[in-house]
Amino acid sequence: MVPALRIEDLSVEFRQRGARICAVRQVSMDVAPGECVGIVGESGSGKTQVFMAAMGLNAAQAALEGRVRFEDADILGASPSELNRVRGSKLTMIFQDPMTSLTPHLKIGVQLAEVLVCHAGKSWSEGRAAARRMLERVRVPDAARRLTQYPHELSGGLRQRVMIGISLMCEPTLVVADEPTTALDVTVQAQIIDLLRSLRAEAGMALVLISHDLAVVAGLADRILVMYAGRIVESSGAGALFARALHPYTAELLSCIPSISGPRLARLPTLTGQPPQPGEAFAGCAFAPRCPRAAARCRTERPLLQDVSGARQVACHFPLSA
Amino acid sequence: MRALAGDAARRLQSNPGAVCALAAILCMVALALIGPWFSPNGSEALDWSHVASSPALQSAHWFGTDRLGRDLFARTLEGARVSMAVGLVASAVSLGFGIGYGAIAGYIGGRTDQLMMRIIEILSGLPLIFFVIFLTVIFGRSEYLLFLSIGAVGWLTMARIVRGQALSIRHREFIEAAIASGAGTARIIARHVIPNVIGPVIVYATLTVPQIIMFESFLSFLGLGIQEPHASLGTLIAEGAGEMEAAPWILLVPGGFLALLLLSLNLFGDGLRDALDVKEG
Repeated sequence: MVPALRIEDLSVEFRQRGARICAVRQVSMDVAPGECVGIVGESGSGKTQVFMAAMGLNAAQAALEGRVRFEDADILGASPSELNRVRGSKLTMIFQDPMTSLTPHLKIGVQLAEVLVCHAGKSWSEGRAAARRMLERVRVPDAARRLTQYPHELSGGLRQRVMIGISLMCEPTLVVADEPTTALDVTVQAQIIDLLRSLRAEAGMALVLISHDLAVVAGLADRILVMYAGRIVESSGAGALFARALHPYTAELLSCIPSISGPRLARLPTLTGQPPQPGEAFAGCAFAPRCPRAAARCRTERPLLQDVSGARQVACHFPLSA
Repeated sequence: MRALAGDAARRLQSNPGAVCALAAILCMVALALIGPWFSPNGSEALDWSHVASSPALQSAHWFGTDRLGRDLFARTLEGARVSMAVGLVASAVSLGFGIGYGAIAGYIGGRTDQLMMRIIEILSGLPLIFFVIFLTVIFGRSEYLLFLSIGAVGWLTMARIVRGQALSIRHREFIEAAIASGAGTARIIARHVIPNVIGPVIVYATLTVPQIIMFESFLSFLGLGIQEPHASLGTLIAEGAGEMEAAPWILLVPGGFLALLLLSLNLFGDGLRDALDVKEG
């Protein structure tokens, strides 16, 4: 099957006043049509930059290497007008902060309808009717009234529903959700995750869910990629990963999730140490300084992402046994 | 946006200075537009029985006449109409051009921005009066030249203001979201950048109109602007200045009108700035 999105050996590097900062290092991944892939990693692990590159949204000073193909279009080499045909219609993005991602001076209905008018060549009246149906699909109560309201009249959760609606207007092949719940309350987070799950079941689009929160990804993703310092360190089916992590980093992350039913701890478990600085160079494994299993080999030789049992991949010399 | 405009209108209404200024502006505009229809005297009709007569309520010339016997009231209204028209047209031109130029420079940024701002600096470095005199000498006096030379300066500050605003919003999330939704650069500038910088632009525009009226009057006073038999407030004041010892009202009537107009426009602009000066949230 042709993947919806194929990323091959993607590197993203920022050059600033002579210094070179590597945000993403030779990342490869496929997203199959209809699949939900969760991307998990700490801040600065490069998870957002990978998909900024996939949408052609990188800052001007970013140097990109590798290949990104969306359906049959080459994203990295595409001209702005070629990109604009795909972005917003077949390949869309949901941003982290719904409070600031809607243009403040346009009514909700206009912002929804405009996607159809611009990308599908529909008339405004068709767009408005579709906007109303979309608001109902993303479970916005009182849709007809909301259409004529401005973003500041809506709560954060409603605005994120509108953002999700905008991303779905043209029936996209792939939606990239970059931390879609981080800016919201916990209860609203759960509603948004539920909404994404049911919309995916209805519309059948592929979904990439970027998050630093394993719990958010857990309920939704078919497959999870764990990133650390710009590389993928583990790739695994969601169930298998939560049952048994292979990479020590993933294992540590999982052990940091507090349990509601477990014994009450005086201190929540945390990972010791800091992730490497963006510009830092290291010969071996980037996680070695924080890794409980690190040996001499880890500090000199970089582990490659290798296949393990059951379609799982891990980049570690001494993975935990499956 | 609607709520914002409503709030601003309410704040403006609670500012007595701005309300009075607005009323005075409306009165003066109405006078200038429809006043001549009700005035018994034409602005170019010569009344030989009243030459340079002083203001008097019982005569036909309430505000007196100039030294050719033309009714000062009618002439002042005509001058005001010309001055206001120049102020509005030149402001509109500088507004349109300045907004477009500034939004493009600020949104695109980088080298384009650098180049466009250097051009503005060169233009604003030119000594304006010499520039106008040169143009007048080369092309002869015409009203179009007046519009051109006033417009040539008016847009510079506007472009700077819009550019600053555009710079400050070009990295906001909703702009990024628009890019991610496949909107092209032209569309983003027109639909997302310009409407969001319009607040300070409105305020500056209301303060530009009096500046331009002032500048036009100044050029006309020097004899570089509107020519006889047409009048603007500037030419009337220049005429009055020549007679100010013998017939001070020829200076005072148009001068007073100009002062009142500028004062009201500035007061209103200030009120508008205070009313719109809120953090959008």
